[in-house]
Amino acid sequence: MISIPLEHYLVVAAVIFAIGACGFLARRNALVALMSIELMLNAVNVTLVAFNRWHGDNHTGQMFAFFIIAVAAAEAAVGLAIVLALFRLKKSVRTDTADLLKN
Amino acid sequence: MNSFSLDNLQSLTWFFPEIAITVGVIAVIIWDLISAGLNRIRGIVVITLASLLTSGFLSLAYLMRQLAGLTPSMSLFGGLLAFDPFSHLFRMLFAFVAAIVIVFASPSSETGAGTRKRRGAGEFFTLLLIITLGLNLMVMSRNLLMIYLSLEVVSVISFVMAGFKIDNRKSAEGALKYVIFGGMASGIMLYGMSWLFGISQSLDIGEIGNQIAMATAQNGRVPLVILLGVVCMLGGLGYKISAAPFHMWTPDVYEGAPTSITAFLSVGPKAAGFAVLIRFFEEGVKATTHYDGRLTPWAMIAGLIAMATMTVGNFTALHQSNIKRMLAFSSIAHAGYMLLGFCVFDQQGKQAIMFYLLTYALMNLGAFLVVAAVAERNGGNEDIATYNGLGSRSPVLAIMMAIFLFSLTGLPPFAGFIGKFYIFASLLHVGGRWNWILATVGVLNSVVSLFYYARVVRAMYLTKPDDKRALTVRVSWGTTIVALAVPTLALGIYWAPIYDFMTASLLIGR
Repeated sequence: MISIPLEHYLVVAAVIFAIGACGFLARRNALVALMSIELMLNAVNVTLVAFNRWHGDNHTGQMFAFFIIAVAAAEAAVGLAIVLALFRLKKSVRTDTADLLKN
Repeated sequence: MNSFSLDNLQSLTWFFPEIAITVGVIAVIIWDLISAGLNRIRGIVVITLASLLTSGFLSLAYLMRQLAGLTPSMSLFGGLLAFDPFSHLFRMLFAFVAAIVIVFASPSSETGAGTRKRRGAGEFFTLLLIITLGLNLMVMSRNLLMIYLSLEVVSVISFVMAGFKIDNRKSAEGALKYVIFGGMASGIMLYGMSWLFGISQSLDIGEIGNQIAMATAQNGRVPLVILLGVVCMLGGLGYKISAAPFHMWTPDVYEGAPTSITAFLSVGPKAAGFAVLIRFFEEGVKATTHYDGRLTPWAMIAGLIAMATMTVGNFTALHQSNIKRMLAFSSIAHAGYMLLGFCVFDQQGKQAIMFYLLTYALMNLGAFLVVAAVAERNGGNEDIATYNGLGSRSPVLAIMMAIFLFSLTGLPPFAGFIGKFYIFASLLHVGGRWNWILATVGVLNSVVSLFYYARVVRAMYLTKPDDKRALTVRVSWGTTIVALAVPTLALGIYWAPIYDFMTASLLIGR
């Protein structure tokens, strides 16, 4: 069996993380921002699972990944609820129209 | 550091403060369902206060046991949580802060508790208790997974609380910014955690500390990958304490949220963030200021963040017209001062931060309570202009506000001065060029902060009121304000017993 070396996973994860970060910084839509955060969290999951597979004497990394998935779901639920609350008041989900609070 | 750890069943005996809060949460939910009318809100307040006081006093009892040498410091739940005086002190602080906020919130219409229909009052108090539980777990965490989970408990519920005024646009906007920045910060922190896990093959921060120490000794300096991991972790924790590059959410959330929640967020999660930061850098990074006679990257990074945080906070606060927003920037600046104490990574810095957090809790809660009291009588208007002539409209309230503001500035003879004094003393005790620079920047920043605090005091005493009627305050709020102002003044004059008690407590955890 040909096994893929650890570095490949780590590079893929780093690229996904970077895509998420760029999406977060570049896009002005609250839903896209939440999706970008989700990408970043999944990059973390890939890294954790890859490291765990490499060390391989326990399942700490996999377990951590499950916790991240569960918490991310909770965070997304709250995030979407807040986006919905703002949409009801503003009829927009763009973050640059949320400008009532300024310096 | 700690010789033994207990298994799950044995740990429960040392977990009563958290169990008390959990029972309180369930009791509030049940009471909210079975009762109606005025009884409902009264019952909820009684239950929440009872569970918080139980939690606080149980922590005090544990602390006393440890001070008497009856119980050693140990790890609970197989190494997930720490049982030591450091966490007891913080848990007492959280119980106190949450109790004050409950007194504060119970008659307020912003939280739904003071309105006729009392919409959402049950949820408000339940969520407040759960945040307190999360804060308790944060200060005890000794494992990356536990740090993440407790941090998220606090974060996710803070998002809900920030958007609690559901039909208010400012509140929804603040909450949205909070969620988005929060998700980003926890993503960055998790990425750092995943690399630290990859390097050390463990989530236990003691084990990570050993690996970092080994790798540092081998290379003669901190390896780049560890530096990256720890800096990413700093991102997530810096967000909680609103340190400089991650402070953008603070003013918006603080302005939009109900004032009681603003007061809570500016003290509770910030203190817990510092606790996690201190524990992680002490046990997990084993940071020191100097290594091989050179400045370590940790001291450098922490110092830069501290300077940036203070400066951004103070200079942006200068031109705010909304008082809540001004206090938000002032709370960023205070996080910067506390980070100065964190930069030295030693026992004295830890004591200084602990003492500063206590004084900061007193004066900041007090200032926000006054803001709530004044805003309520001005139809929710939070402009600094509404403070014009407060000295004649409500002399006692104005004196209290002046005490809090001067204490926040750090003028003697108020508690804030002593807090700042110990922070700067801890920097100069370690010495070195870098620490002198940090201390100088800190002192200059304190001078700048005088300008914006004094602006409110000037409005209260030197400007003529637009509305000459006397301003009355609820009895429960007035009592709480005075109860917070008295220790703010007393700790500035006679602080030695409290400081010595903290020092003694923190020393035996070693």
